[in-house]
Amino acid sequence: MSEMKEMIIESASKMFEKYSTKEAVNESEKGVWAGDLWNSLAENGMLTVAVPEELGGSGGDYDDALSILRLAGKYSAPIPLAETYMANWLLAKFDIPVGNDILTVAYEKNMQPFQFNKDGEGFVVTGKAKNVPWARYADKLIVLGETSDGTIFSLLDLKDAQINQGKNMAGEARDEVIFDHVFVNDPVNRFIGRDDFEKTVLYSGALTKSVLMAGALEKILEVTINHTNERNQFGRPLHRFQAIQHHIAHLAGESASAGLAASYAVDSFEKDPFSKEIALAKIRVNEAAGKGNPIAHQVLAAIGFTYEHTLHHSTRRLWSWRDEFGTESEWEEVVTDELLNLDKDGLWSLITGVENYSKEVEVK
Amino acid sequence: MKALQIPVVELPKETDELRREIRQFLKEEIENGSIVPKCDCWLSGFSAEFSKKMGERGWIGMTWPKKYGGGERSSVERYVVTEEMLAAGAPVSGHWIADRQSGPLFLKFGTEDQKQFFLPKIAKGECFFAIGLSEPNAGSDLANIQTRAVKVDNGWVLNGSKIWTSGAHVAHYSIVLCRTSPQDPNNRHAGMSQLIVDLKAPGVTIRPIHLMTGEHHFNEVFFEDVFIPDEMVVGEVGNGWAQGMAELAYERSGPERILSTYPLLNELTNILVENKDRNGLKQVSRLVSRMWTLRNMSLGIAQLLEEGVPSNIIASLVKDMGTKFEQEIAEITRLLVSVVPSTDSESLIEKYLAQSILQSPGFTLRGGTNEILRGIIAKGVIQQ
Ligand SMILES: Cc1cc2nc3c(=O)[nH]c(=O)nc-3n(C[C@H](O)[C@H](O)[C@H](O)COP(=O)(O)OP(=O)(O)OC[C@H]3O[C@@H](n4cnc5c(N)ncnc54)[C@H](O)[C@@H]3O)c2cc1C
Repeated sequence: MSEMKEMIIESASKMFEKYSTKEAVNESEKGVWAGDLWNSLAENGMLTVAVPEELGGSGGDYDDALSILRLAGKYSAPIPLAETYMANWLLAKFDIPVGNDILTVAYEKNMQPFQFNKDGEGFVVTGKAKNVPWARYADKLIVLGETSDGTIFSLLDLKDAQINQGKNMAGEARDEVIFDHVFVNDPVNRFIGRDDFEKTVLYSGALTKSVLMAGALEKILEVTINHTNERNQFGRPLHRFQAIQHHIAHLAGESASAGLAASYAVDSFEKDPFSKEIALAKIRVNEAAGKGNPIAHQVLAAIGFTYEHTLHHSTRRLWSWRDEFGTESEWEEVVTDELLNLDKDGLWSLITGVENYSKEVEVK
Repeated sequence: MKALQIPVVELPKETDELRREIRQFLKEEIENGSIVPKCDCWLSGFSAEFSKKMGERGWIGMTWPKKYGGGERSSVERYVVTEEMLAAGAPVSGHWIADRQSGPLFLKFGTEDQKQFFLPKIAKGECFFAIGLSEPNAGSDLANIQTRAVKVDNGWVLNGSKIWTSGAHVAHYSIVLCRTSPQDPNNRHAGMSQLIVDLKAPGVTIRPIHLMTGEHHFNEVFFEDVFIPDEMVVGEVGNGWAQGMAELAYERSGPERILSTYPLLNELTNILVENKDRNGLKQVSRLVSRMWTLRNMSLGIAQLLEEGVPSNIIASLVKDMGTKFEQEIAEITRLLVSVVPSTDSESLIEKYLAQSILQSPGFTLRGGTNEILRGIIAKGVIQQ
């Protein structure tokens, strides 16, 4: 790890520790915006990492940003950091300057684009998006739109929207956003193919979710281990029981696997934003959530089943996040498309990334 | 958690050429009938001739110093060779143990004479080793071994027996862990030493123990007043336990803990692709995601070991998860293809499926059972 990265991680850890507390996470579920946390990240330039300085970002690479995000996952940070990164990276790709706005992105499978009807300098916008993360707190929303000249993505101001509050299993805001013939003066619009937009959001969504989940899985392992040190039954700490040790070993395996799978996805993203590593990682990380959560709950038993304990901050998030931006089954479809194109005995080339014959030779 | 951190490894581009060279070699060997691929090849695929060919190509002892017949190549390059061999199901069991652990043990603890004598032969693929650890009353509880050596002039006299010794009937030597001082109830790991035993020496008797399939794979090895010259002690007398444990991370995290049934997965994929079976391939996708993760863990550990970072906990994790994964490939395959598995079938899928199922109990036993590994993992992460 570079020294730079270590510094980023250290200072981000401090901020999450200070502001993403048990109380802040619980308050957020009751409808209180975690403003202190957001503002401290903003003040330290952590919302615009991996956006070049010329565009108002704080520089660095995806790996830097995603190391911060992994911590956000570990601390159950109740803010749209992943969504803001996704939005900022998309804007930056189109040379649109970014700032410290709270951003979110509308994405659903088979979503209906918002209708943009030209009206003088602006557009009359009509559309509806469900399960928009954190929309009630966000300043702006990225949507897929349709104009008479083609499909676009647009950065819409949410103060003009009607918002119906909803939530996921973790109590994170997942709201319905409705634009009902709203006139928008000169919005930030860019032409983009529908497939391109959907794929960009899906892959960056799966990547950021995998990273958040890797952080949460690290957390439930720590919580589980600490509990087995502190809790005594039959006159000894729980971790002295072999059945409990085996639970811990299993959970450690899931946590380590998810962590490394996410790291490989991050590593691939710079080279290929639609990499197969992102697909493989989301499958593996989702699986780890499904296997890891029951272990943590079994080991913590009744106390871990309460609202009072913080285990549920992570486990409810893991259960929610594994279905956001692709279940195992959906990503398996994507990998299956690749497998269907394999030559005989080609699986090994896919896994190693090395064809049996070098491409240069084939060309000659 | 620090103990679970594994680096992302970028394989150098040069290794692509190495892979192609190996694949071309293996393709020819298979096509001309010199070798017959099989599952679990690193333990049950033996060919002295093939080991020799690998030695000629510099694919044994790859990382060792040139003056001992090695190739001074990186451990990542060695990783590439081993995983290509396993993926192809090549008969590598002859030299496997010597290349993986006996050679490195000599490099770390051996005398100059031992290095000069053994390493070049191993690297040529002409000298095979067997692991002499388990005894009838010392399985998981290895510290309970009773085989012992008594000091005499110029050497030691060895008495006792080892059991489950893989390949003792084809190996030239075994590194035997034995007591060189009486058992100390206060320090169970003290007083043990590692001796190099010539398996042709007077007093050594090797008796086959047949696997449930009838195959002759492992053995019982008896020592009756076997004279071991002083020059055949590895490292320090009394330090045998620590020396043996130092090599465990290598033994536990290699690609052989993931790929024992890979030929079956490959054949399954071939069939499903040919049948355009989307549902079947979805299940393969899940396996690929797991295998990809495990391989990355194993590769990361190979790099950590080269850097000298202790990796016992994650190595145990890879072995626990990897060996269960190897078993699962067979369980999933049988539900996706309707075949009658048989070791003598002409059809590859039937043959590989039978091999995988019948060898599978060994995957989670050999080299330390999964229950023992989980204990190591749990204690390791709790201490963090
Ligand atoms: C294919 C194969 C090849 C082998 N090759 C070699 C070889 O070349 N050289 C060699 O020396 N040995 C070899 N072995 C032996 C192998 O190392 C042992 O089988 C293994 O260490 C387990 O010992 P055991 O069979 O005596 O089982 P036991 O130790 O009797 O274990 C029986 C069961 O009890 C469990 N158990 C035992 N102790 C504990 C504990 N403390 N906590 C929880 N569970 C426990 C075990 O996990 C297992 O499930 C080989 C074994 C196999 C299957």
